[in-house]
Amino acid sequence: MKHRYLPMTPQDQADMLQVIGMDSMEQLFQDIPTEIRYQGTLPISEALDEISLLRHMKQLSDQNADFDRYTSFLGAGIYDHHVPVVINHVISRSEFYTAYTPYQPEISQGELQAIFEFQSYICELTGMAVANASMYDGATALAEAGSLAASATRRKQLIVSRAVHPEARQILQTSARGLNLDIIEIDVQNGVTDLEHLESMISPDTAAVLIQSPNFFGCIEDIRTIGDMIHAHKGLLVVSSNPLSLGVLESPGKLGADVVIGDAQPFGIAASLGGPTCGYFAVTEALMRKMPGRIVGQTLDRDGKRGFVLTLQAREQHIRREKATSNICSNQALLALCASVYLSTMGKQGIQDVARLNIQKAHYAANAIRHSERLAIANTSPFFNEFVIKLPEEAKVTQINEQLLAAGYLSGYDLGLAYPELQGHLLVAVTERRTKDEIDQFVTRLEACL
Amino acid sequence: MSQNQALIFELSQPGRVAYALPECDVPEVNLSEMIPSSFLRTEPAALPEVYEVDVIRHYTALSRRNFGIDNGFYPLGSCTMKYNPKINEDVARFAGFAKIHPYQPEASIQGALGLMYTLQQDIAALTGMDQVTLQPAAGAHGEWTGLMMIRAYHESRGEVRTKVIVPDTSHGTNPASATVAGFETITIPSNDRGHVDLEALRSVVGQDTAALMLTNPNTLGLFEEQIVEIARIVHEAGGLLYYDGANSNAIMGITRPGDMGFDVVHLNLHKTMSTPHGGGGPGAGPVGVKAILTPFLPKPIVAKREDGSYYLDDNIPQSIGRVKAYYGNFGILVRAYTYIRTYGPEGLRQVSEYAVLNANYMMHRLAPYYEISYPGVCKHEFVMSGKSFKQYGIRTLDIAKRLLDFGYHPPTIYFPLNVEECIMIEPTETESKETLDAFIDTMILIAEEAATNPELLLNAPYDTVVRRLDETQAARKPVLNCSCG
Repeated sequence: MKHRYLPMTPQDQADMLQVIGMDSMEQLFQDIPTEIRYQGTLPISEALDEISLLRHMKQLSDQNADFDRYTSFLGAGIYDHHVPVVINHVISRSEFYTAYTPYQPEISQGELQAIFEFQSYICELTGMAVANASMYDGATALAEAGSLAASATRRKQLIVSRAVHPEARQILQTSARGLNLDIIEIDVQNGVTDLEHLESMISPDTAAVLIQSPNFFGCIEDIRTIGDMIHAHKGLLVVSSNPLSLGVLESPGKLGADVVIGDAQPFGIAASLGGPTCGYFAVTEALMRKMPGRIVGQTLDRDGKRGFVLTLQAREQHIRREKATSNICSNQALLALCASVYLSTMGKQGIQDVARLNIQKAHYAANAIRHSERLAIANTSPFFNEFVIKLPEEAKVTQINEQLLAAGYLSGYDLGLAYPELQGHLLVAVTERRTKDEIDQFVTRLEACL
Repeated sequence: MSQNQALIFELSQPGRVAYALPECDVPEVNLSEMIPSSFLRTEPAALPEVYEVDVIRHYTALSRRNFGIDNGFYPLGSCTMKYNPKINEDVARFAGFAKIHPYQPEASIQGALGLMYTLQQDIAALTGMDQVTLQPAAGAHGEWTGLMMIRAYHESRGEVRTKVIVPDTSHGTNPASATVAGFETITIPSNDRGHVDLEALRSVVGQDTAALMLTNPNTLGLFEEQIVEIARIVHEAGGLLYYDGANSNAIMGITRPGDMGFDVVHLNLHKTMSTPHGGGGPGAGPVGVKAILTPFLPKPIVAKREDGSYYLDDNIPQSIGRVKAYYGNFGILVRAYTYIRTYGPEGLRQVSEYAVLNANYMMHRLAPYYEISYPGVCKHEFVMSGKSFKQYGIRTLDIAKRLLDFGYHPPTIYFPLNVEECIMIEPTETESKETLDAFIDTMILIAEEAATNPELLLNAPYDTVVRRLDETQAARKPVLNCSCG
């Protein structure tokens, strides 16, 4: 069968085989032993023509309840933020998306400069000295931060707050098993890390304390105090942060963080069932050469013109092999580009405005919940754009969420799934995309479900 | 272009905006009444102030300083730079795929779960494995996932196995992944034919062998003809076999890692399955395993109920845990599934056949001009050495840089490490004979230039937006951000 991506004609094939000195395609595979040759046709999905394939994919797509048709109050790490229309136009430039890693800098200056600008944006927002070219996502970046801390301090113990995203903590656990590190988890009190418990657990064996702020419950942690606690024992502070919040919240760097990581999904990256997103990773100057992943640096060409290259590669797997700082090879360049275009579009004023809108709307929603007779807000700690609703004792979150789905809402995250003590608690996010009407109606609907 | 390309920060003019947010429609409260001022910024982040036309022109200018597959031939060995189909891009942007949340009720994402389930099945069939996880975000991430499963398997049998064996031709990620999974790496030399040296292998396998990691065809583009014997040696010692799927484009429908004796395999969807490399990512690195390893798969995997509905199965008691937030790089999985449905089983076999024919054709035509390191039949890629040009003071790097002037992306250079002045070419199946011929003619011309006018190569490139860059300076005095704030 002729195929639209395959140019080979029978004549081409005959000519090429002749040059090689072969009579048949079969001879090309003579080095594969017969006993392991696959006989027959693979039992995989059949080919479809373009019209049928588009129809099939549309059918699959239509079976999913998307943000265009449903009003989302789901957060928990992935958010329904506005994606400025310019972003898709930029990332659809195939010079960007069909390129490989910029190993040949002379013809990759566009990508290299875009990453350099991404690193600059991340440093500016986090208050850190150095950022890398991005990681798989915020959750794996947390595990990499733990690994960096253990290697930098030569200590084996990591202390992580239970207010860090449960899935990020699960990955940290998996990763710690590989590296033979110990993990201690710290309780949550009123939506934030229990500082007394934390202080009692920190010791000279602690490589790092890992927190998230705003944390999984939406609450803002006291970064400075936690930093002082761990620094007193010469360990490191790792802060995972929703970067959109840093439009108005003080940068973790200024508050004493040694490593700041997180997920740039709020910066114009499609939710896409949770991936691909883009992790970011920033450190103090002292930790620069311990960082995982690619880093772009500025330099000059032969004629003295400014240019950009991948640099400090002596840390990386393709040079250092088993002694590398990490096994990571790729980055999330196209999504780092998304984030950069987002930040270029929002700019100095817009990043503050969008962060403020999130705070205003989330606090309006929380107030509406507070005024409801049967609903309550679980915590009094300050929060960003997410908060926890405490439902009445007998309420079943799964059933409520199914009813709300039927009414056109993607309701909040059922905290009982990850925190046994939080049965009947709903984590909701309110972004700049939600209108007052949507919020009011959601609260009314939620009450009606009880 | 004699001027530096401006940074976006350098375009900033106070007062310009490129966004239009809605007015706040809820009663506004002072920020400090909601959040203590000690938590708030005292200075706004110094982001640029530009308008929308600046944004578009800036990134359009950057894109024109970049080279992708859509710009031209990109024979980068071991990277499988095949055409990235446009339908894949369109489909991944459908609202029902792009605008869905990982924590929606399962009933509201049945299309997505069904797609993932089918992709798991298809990858299992393609690789000869019993079960697949779609969580890993990239090849290296898949390697680590696979090795963690191997470790859990040995531990479950009460065995302490600490060593992972890799050949000297392996990707750097193999030993690096072994380290982060808690193993020691043993590197064994290849024999003079570029294959695994069986004696060297026999001399290192033993009771401490956890696994052998192998790419097949290997990074020299050669099929390990003795793979069945290799598998026997490792299995008899109680070790398992890991298949680095980076070179799977050579074997689809022709042979399967599972049938060769491998126990674990990862596929790079951004190589074999045509999903775009994106300038360095995102990719996806699903991992398939034989039945002995399924108890250790990461949680959750997508499963199907008897009534035909799909769900996320978290009930894997011996699981190594989670390796990626949510369910993997779903947007990439959508593209890979679309690709498989574009070709079907017969088409994918054609893909591999043509990829191998193209590589062999190039190798034969270039053989009179460049030293082919391992003559014979290659698979989807082959390696040459540039060492014969050293007599003119020319290195492989110079040949690569000269190619830039002719509008080509150079092949992979200086990898694998065991070939001096290595040049590694992978044409892929989506290039026409005319494209291959034009590139070959250029390579022949450059070989002549190297002998007759080496200065020309030493100073190349000439026609790029920047010329050779000072990488030593970049590493010695790192400038890693614009410090514009």
